[in-house]
Amino acid sequence: MPTRILIPTPLRVYAGKQDVIEVEGSTVGELLANMTAEYTELRKHLYNEDGRLRAFVAIFVNDDDIRFLEKEATPVKEGDTVSIIPTVAGGGGL
Amino acid sequence: MLTLRAAVDTDIRRHGRESYPDECCGALVGRGGLVTAALALPNAAGETARRRFTIGPGDYRAAERRATEQGAELLGFYHSHPDHPARPSRYDLDHAWPVFAYVIVAVEGGQPGALTSWRLREDRSAFDEEPVTVEETQCQPGF
Repeated sequence: MPTRILIPTPLRVYAGKQDVIEVEGSTVGELLANMTAEYTELRKHLYNEDGRLRAFVAIFVNDDDIRFLEKEATPVKEGDTVSIIPTVAGGGGL
Repeated sequence: MLTLRAAVDTDIRRHGRESYPDECCGALVGRGGLVTAALALPNAAGETARRRFTIGPGDYRAAERRATEQGAELLGFYHSHPDHPARPSRYDLDHAWPVFAYVIVAVEGGQPGALTSWRLREDRSAFDEEPVTVEETQCQPGF
């Protein structure tokens, strides 16, 4: 059973201009791997050069941040919705 | 090019002035290249708010939801640079997202000044500045 992944505005252009993608997987890590295998341009915006999720990418399963669950090993079940959420940051200082 | 409704320009500058000496931040909502609303958001940078801004996941989700409810799009974000030029810093570059417009307003000694807009290059190597225009307010006779 595929799981819905909600794509944020700045990444939709790399996901066939879709705001929702449905992919198979039993954990968040599997879902993201399967998604980026199909939409390869997403990878550089989600992962750093070491292949780890960028610090300013938050992944939620329903309303829960996976950093407070089992990170990418967080299991997903039928009916769950996974959201990719950019943490927007910046500032004038060094 | 990015066009701001006159009220948006006013709101961003007011937010920068009221937040000084801290940085302010918010979302830009509109359609195409026209920003029709600026949504002020909390700066979650805590003790570093004088030189940083952070918009947390919950506020990001709320902004995207607000845009959708208005039949519009999330076009980008704004923030202020207190006592610093309206040019993106290395920190801005490291944390930028593609597609979005990043509007920066310089606030010098509490007074808002230059307002600029920037977009991240495809290869994430730098920002490119884009022209910003402010839509003239249409005044009706008698008002």
